[in-house]
Amino acid sequence: MPQPADEAALLAALRSGDRDAFEKLVDDLSPGLLRVAMQHTPSRAVAEEVVQDTWIAVINGIDRFEGRSSLRTWIYRILLNIARTRGKRERRTLPFSYFRRRAEEGGDEAAVEPERFQGRGGEQPGGWARPPIEWAAPEDRLATAEARQVMLEAIAALPPRQREVITMRDLQGLTAEEARNALDVSETNQRVLLHRARSKVREALERYYDEEALV
Amino acid sequence: MTDNGTQLSCQQLVELVTDYLEGELDPAREGALDAHLELCDGCEAYVEQMRQTVIALRSLGDGEEISAQTRQAVLDAFVKARPAG
Repeated sequence: MPQPADEAALLAALRSGDRDAFEKLVDDLSPGLLRVAMQHTPSRAVAEEVVQDTWIAVINGIDRFEGRSSLRTWIYRILLNIARTRGKRERRTLPFSYFRRRAEEGGDEAAVEPERFQGRGGEQPGGWARPPIEWAAPEDRLATAEARQVMLEAIAALPPRQREVITMRDLQGLTAEEARNALDVSETNQRVLLHRARSKVREALERYYDEEALV
Repeated sequence: MTDNGTQLSCQQLVELVTDYLEGELDPAREGALDAHLELCDGCEAYVEQMRQTVIALRSLGDGEEISAQTRQAVLDAFVKARPAG
């Protein structure tokens, strides 16, 4: 992958011991790294340690970084490796199974419950039976503490892969390519995971709106 | 909206929304989806809700900071490992 000029300059600065450049990188990336780390670890304290260990690994490994992915992707990969190892050590892991993996990837989940569409016998099969209703003032109402809580809970309830993808893509603003490289999933898989995850968060927000409408 | 031939049903459309928002649909499908949205209020509301969801998720990503202690430890480690000059 060709490196953008500013990334090459950043790498050179880091390698030559430019503390300001490193400080800026730490401040830019740490919030996102912490968020991902917290998804794999039982406590915030452990997540902080994972972030710290990640930066130490970056400091020690920067000379060996070959630039085949973006610097950001490389750092996220290091974090995921450390976080998964720590997470596994600290809680019992479930046995891997094909079905669990499929469920995690959400290949056979529907974005919207099938009951909300008309069946074969309906006037318009596959058309809405219970269509969504436009959200009023979403800019205001989705920014409330309550709505944020609804989203956080929906994300927490997602299978791990979906949670990782939506966190990286939407909360942290990684590109599709950066996210799929960091997570080592295919382009298609990345989009499927993102789609399932976003669909569930939308559904949670829709329920939140519906409940509010009843009050 | 019905599912006859090249037309998309609402149930099919909701599965394409992420590809649509990511700009990853092939032109024929994107055209079919746009045509559907012109005529279907339910799907229009759905796509808009997905857009709003993504916007809301972005703002959710702000504001989680590592502790000053961790930050300092990391910066110190850098200076120690890579003395400038």
